[in-house]
Amino acid sequence: MSALDDSRFWPEGVKRCSPERFGLWMLCCGALLAWALLSAFLCLYKGLNQTAMNDYFAFGVWIVVDLAIIALGAGAFFTGFLTYLLRTDELKNIINAAVIIGFICYSGAILMLGIDIGQPIRGWFGFWHANVHSMLTEVMFCITTYLIVLIIEFVPLILENRQINKIPEFNVFAHHLHRIMIVFAGTGTFLSFFHQGSLGGMYGVLYARPFAFREGFMIWPWTFFLFILSAIASGPSFTTLIVMLTEKVSGRRLTSHKVKMLMAKISGGLLTFYVLLKLADTYYWAQVTSAKAGVPFSFFYSDGPYGIWILILEIVVGGIIPAAMLLAPMVRKRYGLLALAMVLNCFGAVMNRFVMTIQTLAIPVLPFEKFIGYLPTWQEWGIAAGVVGYGFIIYSLAYRYLPVFPQEPELNKG
Amino acid sequence: MPVATGEHLYGMVIDVDKCTGCGACSVACMSENNIGTLPDETDKIRSITWLRVYQIDNGRPYPDTEVAFFPRPCMHCGGSWGGFFQQDADPEGHHTPCVSVCPATATDYDDETGIVSQIPTRCIGCRYCVAACPYHARYFNWYDVPWPGGLEQSLSPYVAPRMRGVVEKCTFCYHRYQQARDKEFAGGEFGEMDYQTACTEACPSGAITFGDLNNPEHQVSKLLRQRHKHAFRLLERLGTNPKVYYMTKREWVRKRADNYLPGEKIHRFAVGS
Amino acid sequence: MLPFAFEWHWDVGHIVFMGLFYLALMVITTGLNYALLASMKDLAIGKTYSHDHGHDHEDQAEAEATAEA
Repeated sequence: MSALDDSRFWPEGVKRCSPERFGLWMLCCGALLAWALLSAFLCLYKGLNQTAMNDYFAFGVWIVVDLAIIALGAGAFFTGFLTYLLRTDELKNIINAAVIIGFICYSGAILMLGIDIGQPIRGWFGFWHANVHSMLTEVMFCITTYLIVLIIEFVPLILENRQINKIPEFNVFAHHLHRIMIVFAGTGTFLSFFHQGSLGGMYGVLYARPFAFREGFMIWPWTFFLFILSAIASGPSFTTLIVMLTEKVSGRRLTSHKVKMLMAKISGGLLTFYVLLKLADTYYWAQVTSAKAGVPFSFFYSDGPYGIWILILEIVVGGIIPAAMLLAPMVRKRYGLLALAMVLNCFGAVMNRFVMTIQTLAIPVLPFEKFIGYLPTWQEWGIAAGVVGYGFIIYSLAYRYLPVFPQEPELNKG
Repeated sequence: MPVATGEHLYGMVIDVDKCTGCGACSVACMSENNIGTLPDETDKIRSITWLRVYQIDNGRPYPDTEVAFFPRPCMHCGGSWGGFFQQDADPEGHHTPCVSVCPATATDYDDETGIVSQIPTRCIGCRYCVAACPYHARYFNWYDVPWPGGLEQSLSPYVAPRMRGVVEKCTFCYHRYQQARDKEFAGGEFGEMDYQTACTEACPSGAITFGDLNNPEHQVSKLLRQRHKHAFRLLERLGTNPKVYYMTKREWVRKRADNYLPGEKIHRFAVGS
Repeated sequence: MLPFAFEWHWDVGHIVFMGLFYLALMVITTGLNYALLASMKDLAIGKTYSHDHGHDHEDQAEAEATAEA
């Protein structure tokens, strides 16, 4: 027994690594955080000239990461929707992990945005002087409100720590929060639907940027719906992947394979639907929408490094292939293949966010403007690394001390 | 929805055939609007040039090379709901691209004048408007602009300097409009020459004309009526409905103003009523 | 953001957008209040619960409630 024995804080019936080893791991994550803190200080003190962004690349790697993690964090709301509203009981075994990952993704995104905007202290103006017609306003409102929902979903888990739960106040509060969790899950679903969509809407409404612009239904461009679909398709995959990573690192089984296969099936079905709609949308945009602006489809892929390969990477490698894999029972049954399919799925979602942000800005609209390149600075990577480190820390602490996986004691007996 | 229903519709006509590319307009704009030079001006991609002069050529080798210049201020796009040319109004029309996207209403379309305002003190620096503008008319303050060695004494008191972290752009010298209105309120006249932008006044060849597009007596309206065959706007077919019109007799210049599919004929719109 | 603050207009955009936003906030607040009040009620009578790791709250809650002295 080590001198720093914290086993009384571990969940009932599970084993964790030694405190020294855990401390070392926390230090490594801390190094990432330190890099982020230095980067954040420089960006706040000296200004955003510390980045490689410019008046052509108004958005950069931070926005791509923000969008990607919000899409991948959609596992929280969608798994919550399935578990509490559609009563898919099997998913109770993974919902806690989904909530934690969602919390990390959303809080991380908001922290990153605090550095990204030029006047962080004025961030609240988006609420106080809200322009209700802007998609970004919608995003701001919904992701902050949804973060509140995620905190409310996370709190009972924290209060169920073995020692904390002994305190009567926390015990009963956690219990009652659990009882009405369907209310928060429902609100979360409603909010997430809108902000995942609005993040897509942000690009789709840019009618003066033919690469991003899409027609749509009333005020909602097709990207609104496509982003929701790709988020709910990749979110469950991301959650499951994190769980599988934890299993590999800890050497313990955390959920039954049945749960993982169910998440895969959900992902696969939604991804297939998404890919079909995405192909239809891409075709229509190429043939009709961008043609109206006088820009042939080939123009988007003719200059700079972004050839047609990027489209194939996003839709085929990141869409069609994982969709086919996830729908195949043979793939779902095999741990390694399942993980690969899910990685490709998440990769496709990230590629989509990258393309809509970076490629949109790289492509000129005025005929006498040129294609522009962009490579982030180390300060930008630092903030991104910080979000990762932050995520690891929160997740690791939660895994070590909170009853995240209900099946864990049963699956690791003996 | 911003629709140009106001009394005035301030716009510009720029004769590309007269522009020599001297850049006096750009310099006058910088001086008038307290635009500073950055600590590092080697990389032009972050330079703040509310009015920027683009140089284009016809792509042919010597001796057939021809050069033209596009001074490009903010277009003060009206969006295509009820534009100046009613026949252009698009039933599936859009708002001003930058105004509709700002989350903090730091930019707004003024129905009275047709000018797109910018409130630097409200801007949160999200740069969504910068991404939305196809003309690259919007600039973000990546740096705090220094005014070294007493240069701050050269600042104009009529225009607030901006700190870093906010977006700025051409305002059609709105402070001059306000001064003209003040003069009118005090009993003076508000004639065509009472409100002119700094760039218009600075242009040595008279390539830039500024005025009220809604007023048929103003030079801008007369020019558009008389020379409607030569008039065009940048990226017309996007539906941004800009208020800056260009004029040229040269077809190749006109072709460089918009995007066309291979083999497509140049779009010509009917100017005037 | 608020009806009495500068820039508010009673138009469709504001009514729908802000209406839905405040509705969501109200639902969240009501839920939290309910949980708080129910907790205070339980604490007043000294009731606590033992949990398993799942969320089988409905059937489990009443059956397994234990009272502390």
